[in-house]
Amino acid sequence: MSRRIGMLLILWALMGNVWAAIETFSYQDDAERERFKNLTRELRCPKCQNQDLADSNAPIAADLRREIHRLMAAGQSDEQIIEYLVARYGEFVRYRPAVEGRTFILWYGPAGLLLAGAITVLFMVRRRRQVSLTDNTPLSAEERARLAHLLDKKDRS
Amino acid sequence: MSRRLVLLIPLIIFLIMAGFLFRGLFLNPSELPSALIDKPFPAFSLPAVGEPSRLLTEVDLQGKPALVNVWGTWCVACREEHAVLNALKEQGVTIHGINYKDDQASALKWLKEFHNPYQLDVRDDQGSLGLDLGVYGAPETFLIDKNGVIRYKHVGIVDERVWREQLAPRYQQLLEAP
Repeated sequence: MSRRIGMLLILWALMGNVWAAIETFSYQDDAERERFKNLTRELRCPKCQNQDLADSNAPIAADLRREIHRLMAAGQSDEQIIEYLVARYGEFVRYRPAVEGRTFILWYGPAGLLLAGAITVLFMVRRRRQVSLTDNTPLSAEERARLAHLLDKKDRS
Repeated sequence: MSRRLVLLIPLIIFLIMAGFLFRGLFLNPSELPSALIDKPFPAFSLPAVGEPSRLLTEVDLQGKPALVNVWGTWCVACREEHAVLNALKEQGVTIHGINYKDDQASALKWLKEFHNPYQLDVRDDQGSLGLDLGVYGAPETFLIDKNGVIRYKHVGIVDERVWREQLAPRYQQLLEAP
């Protein structure tokens, strides 16, 4: 009996955890619900290293979700809300950092490296092909003599 | 000769990347640079801890370089930090406290029990000032100059080493600034 009560208590305790992440926000319509979902997925929780605001259980994430909901209700655009959070928590909260001088390498570095690699390969292939195409001129007398000498040496060994 | 040098380019790129990655091993990813450095302290109007009718604003923080410490009784690390803050206050450092998302009675009890190092005790019940400050976990400590501009932020416990190595030189510099 006491065991069953114990089990129930454990289940009840676990249930608390399950409910913890669920908050009740009211939305005007489905579009607004969708907007909220997208925004909270787009923004990173400052406390947790790699969780979005939608997913995080941290108290700060709950605060920020509430704040986002408030700003949405106040008629702010997505850009304004993101700016608002970046002004307070820094670029870190954005999963997709803004394209600017500082983040240029981050955005275009990989593509640039790939391009540089492709150009190098193209260059090498082309040059090799050129070498094999142009190099069938007959050997000069000097070269022929050297070849004979080398072959001779090889035969003897 | 220059052909040979071209062959070294991949190695050079590799070494540069390895250098950055190696440095990354020793960086603390949970320390975020504050977006508020060199910006004025955000405007607020909040009651003092234990004195609901006394409203404090950002203007009250101005006048002298000071530390602004965000704390709460629910924050275990703040307990450890508190002793250091008391010692700093004894040395004459100006410290203001922001009691962040806390129960007022517990805060008052804490300040009475462990001594109050704060010159001003701001009560940020709802965490609105914390939000404007970009606080993501207590304790956090801001260093402001006499005009109330944020100069530095430390996330985590201010212990003697943090004070000596990071805060004290900057605080001293602000004190000496004309």
